[in-house]
Amino acid sequence: MHSDRASLKLKIAAAAGLLFLHLPIALIFVYAFTTEEKSFQWPPPGYTLKWFAATWNRPDVWEAMALSLKVAAISTLLAMILGTLCAAAVSRTKFFGRESISLLVILPIALPGVVTGIALRSAFSIAEVPFSTWTIVLGHATFCVVIVYNNAVARFRRTSGSLIEASMDLGANLFQTLRHVILPNIATALVVGGMLAFALSFDEVIVTTFTAGQQQTLPIWMLEELVRPRERPVTNVVAMVVVLVTLLPILGAYYLTRGTEAVAGQGK
Amino acid sequence: MPAVSFDHVSRHFGAVKAVDDVILDIAEGEFFAMLGPSGSGKTTCLRLIAGFERPTGGDIRIFGEPVADLPPYKRQVNTVFQDYALFPHLNVRDNVAYGLMIAGRGKRERHAEAEAALEMVRLGGYGSRKPSELSGGQRQRVALARALVNKPRVLLLDEPLGALDLKLREQMQEELKTLQRQLGITFVFVTHDQGEALSMADRVAVFNDGKIIQVGSPEDIYFRPEVPFVADFVGSSNVLPEALVARLTGETCPAAIRPERLRLTSEGPLKARVTGLSFLGLSTRVSFDAEGTRLTALLPQDVARPREGDEVALSWAPEDLHLMRAGA
Repeated sequence: MHSDRASLKLKIAAAAGLLFLHLPIALIFVYAFTTEEKSFQWPPPGYTLKWFAATWNRPDVWEAMALSLKVAAISTLLAMILGTLCAAAVSRTKFFGRESISLLVILPIALPGVVTGIALRSAFSIAEVPFSTWTIVLGHATFCVVIVYNNAVARFRRTSGSLIEASMDLGANLFQTLRHVILPNIATALVVGGMLAFALSFDEVIVTTFTAGQQQTLPIWMLEELVRPRERPVTNVVAMVVVLVTLLPILGAYYLTRGTEAVAGQGK
Repeated sequence: MPAVSFDHVSRHFGAVKAVDDVILDIAEGEFFAMLGPSGSGKTTCLRLIAGFERPTGGDIRIFGEPVADLPPYKRQVNTVFQDYALFPHLNVRDNVAYGLMIAGRGKRERHAEAEAALEMVRLGGYGSRKPSELSGGQRQRVALARALVNKPRVLLLDEPLGALDLKLREQMQEELKTLQRQLGITFVFVTHDQGEALSMADRVAVFNDGKIIQVGSPEDIYFRPEVPFVADFVGSSNVLPEALVARLTGETCPAAIRPERLRLTSEGPLKARVTGLSFLGLSTRVSFDAEGTRLTALLPQDVARPREGDEVALSWAPEDLHLMRAGA
């Protein structure tokens, strides 16, 4: 017999699972306020806000942060343009090799980041491309495009093709149809795809390691800090910021996609 | 001048001849039906008029103007789509006003006109709802209002009643007919339902394999099919093969006879064996095997019913045996 209320054992198990997932993250937050500098001592001997000021005054943190934001912004923009166009082509037209293209676009996210990283690094060295912001952007774009593509392609499939014909039938040319019918119908999918892509790019480590050269994005900077710590709690403050910067777009994406399950334009 | 004219129009997709050498004139103010089984080319013909397809051969004119190079948005025709294709992000009023908005009309003016169009399809006051909040029949009316508000010279309807249930369909048939008489606009509609075509249209074109097999009034199509396909598809008529007709009348061609015109007699030109009976209410449907040809008759309930296996004779009035062309 099923009861509507969960049993005590189940509640404990669920709580334990959630603690296992989230306790380490909570600890990171706690250590951002500790007065102890060299090692992670539990419980923290005292609490202070001075590490926020210390972080604020560290130029290396700002540089890494700026680079990360720049890379994430450019890769997202690139992914939104390429991903949307690709999704439109795959879902709106039939051409030779369509299924293969669909697979090839999705493949980079299935490949281990190490493979993508090594492949890009050797490609860059063969082509003698010096490492720059743009090499990181290219590396990130490989998986950002997939995210946007997947979101857009799902929406295109759920948008009835006759909407575009209806718009043209009612006198709208291609540009007007794009503006008044296509964009409003795929807008949330695009924003969601963009947000997820941004979040992914912002905390990416593996591909970045291979394509960054001497530059430091924020996650790479954090790795370096673990090896050669200087004011250890600063890392924790930065970690908090990273969590917030990536969590907000993901939450936003979650709320935007709720309640959009109905098929657009299928009015039966 | 015909509202729409097809002059040897073809639309081939590779080896597939979706529309093949169609010649057709649709008069202004006519309620015209394109009837045929799926894949017969009727929908492609409609899309050729709307401009979603370009002909691979021949010449299409709308009120005398060649339209081969005109995109859909430059044609004075509007379409009611099979799935209605209402814009899900716009409310009903903005859906109906879409064409007017694109045409650059002011907000107040287009809202007033949209409201009037909604009144016309008996949906006054529904303007601020979303299409997702409407029933199938109401969506159909919105689609109709959205097309008609642009005052098209030809209205195209693609299986307009296909998604509705039977009762609603009969009601909408009446309404569409009334609306068409009232507005005087040329209506061209596509359907695979012969009953719908016969009851609504002034003239019907029967399609098969990309070609028009016969064009005529519903009575012509129903009582005077020119080829066996029309007799079978439109009226479920009995088709008598050439050999049988030759023996009965001396003509060498197939012939059609309506089931309700076959009579059971003791003496008659055609011997048949009863193979089945089904009670339909108003009448009884009797199936026969007449010298290898399957025939059906609809017998009124006041006529004595035969039993399965009976050997009977069939007769008919000479004018009810309708001679046809061979082929198709």
